[in-house]
Amino acid sequence: MNLTGALQLALPEEFLAVAAILLLVIGAFRPKNNSGISLGAGFALIVAAALAVVGPNGAAFAGAYIADGIAAYAKVAIYGVSALCVLLGDRWLSRLESAQFEFPILIVLAALGMGMMASAGDLISLYIGIELHSLALYVLAAFRRDDARSSEAGLKYFVLGALSSGLLLYGASLIYGFAGSMRFDVIAQASASGTTTGVLFGLVFLIAGLAFKISAAPFHMWTPDVYEGAPTAIVAFIATAPKMAAMVLLARVLMNGFGGASEQWRQVIVVLAFISVMWGAFAGLRQQNLKRLIAYSSIASIGYALIGLSAADRQGVQSMLVFMVLYMVDVIGFLACLVALQRAGRPMETFADLSGLVRERPGLAVVMTALSFSFLGLPPFSGFWGKFYVFKAALNAGEWPIAVAGLVLSVVAAFYYLRLVKTMWFDPPAGAVDVAPLDAKAVAYAAALFSFPVVLIALAFLDPAATLAAASLGTR
Amino acid sequence: MTGILSLTTFFPLIGVVAILVLHALGGKADQAKLENGAKWIALATTLATLALSILLTARFDPLNPGFQFVETVTWFAGLRYSMGVDGISVLFVLLTAFLLPLCILASWKSIEKRVLEYLIAFLILETLVIGVFCALDLILFYIFFEGGLLPMFLIIGIWGGQRRVYAAFKFFLYTLLGSVLMLAAILWMITTAHTSSIPELMAYKFAPGAQIWLWLAFFASFAVKMPMWPVHTWLPDAHVEAPTAGSVILAGILLKLGGYGFLRFCLPMFPDASLYFTPLVFTLSVVAIIYTSLVAFRQVDIKKLIAYSSVAHMGFVTMGIFAGNAQGVQGAMYQMLSHGVISGALFLCVGVVYDRMHTREIAFYGGLVNRMPWYAAVFMLFTMGNVGLPGTSGFVGEILTMTGTYGASTWTALLSATGVILSAVYALTLYRRVVFGEMTNPKLMGITDLESREVLIFAPLIVGTLILGVQPGLILNLTQASVDHLVTAYRAAVGG
Repeated sequence: MNLTGALQLALPEEFLAVAAILLLVIGAFRPKNNSGISLGAGFALIVAAALAVVGPNGAAFAGAYIADGIAAYAKVAIYGVSALCVLLGDRWLSRLESAQFEFPILIVLAALGMGMMASAGDLISLYIGIELHSLALYVLAAFRRDDARSSEAGLKYFVLGALSSGLLLYGASLIYGFAGSMRFDVIAQASASGTTTGVLFGLVFLIAGLAFKISAAPFHMWTPDVYEGAPTAIVAFIATAPKMAAMVLLARVLMNGFGGASEQWRQVIVVLAFISVMWGAFAGLRQQNLKRLIAYSSIASIGYALIGLSAADRQGVQSMLVFMVLYMVDVIGFLACLVALQRAGRPMETFADLSGLVRERPGLAVVMTALSFSFLGLPPFSGFWGKFYVFKAALNAGEWPIAVAGLVLSVVAAFYYLRLVKTMWFDPPAGAVDVAPLDAKAVAYAAALFSFPVVLIALAFLDPAATLAAASLGTR
Repeated sequence: MTGILSLTTFFPLIGVVAILVLHALGGKADQAKLENGAKWIALATTLATLALSILLTARFDPLNPGFQFVETVTWFAGLRYSMGVDGISVLFVLLTAFLLPLCILASWKSIEKRVLEYLIAFLILETLVIGVFCALDLILFYIFFEGGLLPMFLIIGIWGGQRRVYAAFKFFLYTLLGSVLMLAAILWMITTAHTSSIPELMAYKFAPGAQIWLWLAFFASFAVKMPMWPVHTWLPDAHVEAPTAGSVILAGILLKLGGYGFLRFCLPMFPDASLYFTPLVFTLSVVAIIYTSLVAFRQVDIKKLIAYSSVAHMGFVTMGIFAGNAQGVQGAMYQMLSHGVISGALFLCVGVVYDRMHTREIAFYGGLVNRMPWYAAVFMLFTMGNVGLPGTSGFVGEILTMTGTYGASTWTALLSATGVILSAVYALTLYRRVVFGEMTNPKLMGITDLESREVLIFAPLIVGTLILGVQPGLILNLTQASVDHLVTAYRAAVGG
C-alpha cells in the first residue's frame, strides 16, 4: 500500500493528533477560553468517530495499523465516551474555577492512544498506543495538583502503570524473540502449529500487562486507590474508555496473534475472570466509599467481560463488545450522579452521605437505583443484557464452570448494590443536598434511560454491529 | 383479539404514568388531595385491568389445549417478544388482576408515608406478574420473573415493619440465588436447542443426562419461590415485615410463580428428570406439610402462623404436580388458585386488626367476637377455607391433590393427609385465641367492627371462596384441556 492509502486508512487518528496540537496552540495563546477548547475537543472526537465508521478497511504501515470492523466499533465507543467525558469534566472544572485548558486536550490525546490500541497490528503500535493513553491518564488522575489525594492517585497510577508496562514489554520481547516477528499475523502463523514455551511465556507476560490496564484481579491493586483519589469526573473517563480499548486490544492479540494457542490462553483468561469476579464481589462488601465500591464493581465487571472472551470464538468476542458498551454507559451514569451530588460544596462520597437521598433528590436517587440494579444484572436493565451475552457465549463454548461461578458470585455482589439502594430508600435523610448541576444530571438521566428502556431498542442495532465487528477478528 | 395480552399486561403502567403526571401537575397542591387522587387512579387502573382479564377469560376457548391470543414479534439476538395463554396460565392472570384492586383498597388508610411510590410499585408489580404468566419466550419470562424482585424489595423495605431491611435483603438474595442458576440453565437451553420459544422447547427433547442438571437449576429457582422446605425460611420474615397488601401479593400471587414454573417448565421440558426426582419432591412436600404445620402451631405472631401455613399448603401443590396425573395436576392448579384467594383473605383479616391495634401478637387479642361479630364471621369462613372444610375452595384442591398422589405413592398421600388434621389444629387454635374467650385486654375495648371499605374488600373474596367450594367445574373446565394435554405428553415421554 502506498503512503496516500496508508494515511487515508489512519485518518481518524491523524485527525485527532492534528486537532490536539492545534487546540494546544490555541490554548497557549488564549488560556481563558476553556469552554471553546472543550467544544473543539468534543467536536474533534465526534468527527474522528464518524471517520472511523466511514473510512476504508485494510492494513497499513507494514501491518502495524489495522482498520477493520472491530476497530471501528471500538473507536465509535471510545471517542463517543471521551466526548461525553469532555463535557462532564469541562463543566466540573468551570464550577471549580480552577480550570486549565489542558484538560480536554489530555482527553483527546488519551483517546488518540486508545484509538491506536484498537487498531494495533503489531507489538510496537500496541505499546505506543498503551503508553500514549496511559501517560495522558496519569496526568489526568493527578489533575488537581493542589489536592493531596489527587496527586497521590496520579503517582500510584504512574508507578504501578510503569511496572505493568515493563511486564508487557518483557512479554513482547520474548514473543518477538521466539516467534521472529512483531506482527500479529506473522506470530499467528508461527504459533499455528503449536507454541513454544518461550512464546507462551511471553504471552502470559503480555496478558498480565494488559490485565493491569483493564484492572483484572490479581492486577487490580491500583484501581480502588486511583478511583478514590482522582476527581470523580475524571474517574468517569478512567473507568470506561481505556477498559474498552484494552479489552479490544486483548481480544485482537489473543484471537489474531495466538488463535492457534487458544487452548492455552483460555485457561489464563478463565483464571483471571474468576479471580476478578470473586475479588470484585467479596472485597466490595466492606467498602464505605462509593468510588472504591465502583472500583470493585468494575473489577467484577471486567471479570464478566473476560468470561465472554474466554469462549475464544466469534460469539465470545461479540458478547464482550456488547457487554463493554452497556457497562460503560452504566458507569458514566453512576459517576455523573456522584459528580452531581454535593452537600455544602463537598462531594458526597460515602454510603452515609447518600442516606435517605430519595427524599432530597428523588430523580437522581431513582437514576442511581436503576443503575445499581443494572450493575447487579437484574432484568430488564442493560446490565442483565450484558451478562446475558457473555454467559450465553461462555456456555456455547462449553465453559460452564466459569459461567455458573460467575452467576453465583453475582449474587454476592448483589449485596452491596442492594445496600446502596437500601441506603437511599430505607434510611432517614442526612440533610439538604446542593442543587445539582444540569450537565451532570443530564448525563445521569440519559444513562439511566439508556439502561432501561432504550437498551431494548438499542440492542437491536448493537447486536448486529458487534457481530460484524467480531467477524473481523477471526474465522471461527 | 390479538394484542389483548399485551394490553392487559402493560395496562397498569398507564396508571403509573397517570400518577406521575398528576404528581408533576399538582406539585404545589395539597399533599393529601394528591395522594387521594393517586389512590383513585390506581384503583381505576387495577379495576380496568381486572375487566380486561375477565374479558380475556370469557373469550378463552376451554377446549383448545394450546396457547391462545398468541402475539409474536421478533426482537434481537434470536429472541422474540411472544405472549400467549393456555388453560394453565389464564386463571393466574385473572387471579392477579382480581387481587390487585383489593390490595389497593386494603392500603387505602394503612399506608401513610410515600403513598405515590407505594401505588407505583404495586402497579409495576402487577405488570410484571401478569407478564410472567403470559410470556412465551424464555428470556421474556425471565425478565418478568426477576423484574418482580425490584418492586417487592422496595415494598418490603420501605413500608414494612421493624425488621424490614433484614427481611427485604433476605427475600431478594434468596430468590436471586435460585434465579441465577435458572438463568444458567436457560442460557444453556437456548444455545443447545437454538430457540428461546417456550412452545418449541416443550417439543424439544433434551438428553436425559442434561435434563437432570436443567431440572435441578429450575428447581433451585422455583423451590425458593414456592417456597419448599428447607428453603422456605425467607417467607415468614418477608411476610411478617411486609405491609398487609404486600403479604397478600406475596402469598396470593408470587408464591404461585413457583408452582406455575413447575407446570410450565419442569414437567413438559424435563419429563425424565421430573420422574427421576419425584421421590425427592414427595419427601420435601411431606416434610413441608407436617413440619411447617407443627411450626405454625408454635407461632406467637398471627402473620407468621399464616405464613407457615402457606408453606404447608404449597406442599400439597408440589406433591400434586409431581404426581404426574390429571387429578394431581388439576388439584395443584386448584389449590394454588384457592390458596391465592384464601391466604390473601387471611392476611387481610390480620390487616384489619393490625390497622386498629398495631400489633400481630396472638396473646394480645382474645374475645374479639364480642366487639367485632362481623369480623369474627369473616375470619371464621377463611379459617375454615384454610383448614379445607368441604364447601370451601380449600377442600377441592386438597382432595384432588391427595387423590392424584394416591395413584403415584400411597405413603405420600397417607402422610400428607395428616397435614389436613394439623392444619385444623393450628388454624382453629389461632381462631379460638384471637376471636373467642373473654376479652381480657382493656386496650381492645374500643375496637370497632368492619367498616364499609373492608366489607367491600372481603365480599368478593367470600363469594370467590364459596363459589369455588361448591362449583369446582368453573375452574376445572377451563384448565382441563391444557392439563390433559400436559399430562398425556408427560406420560408419553416417561413411558408410563
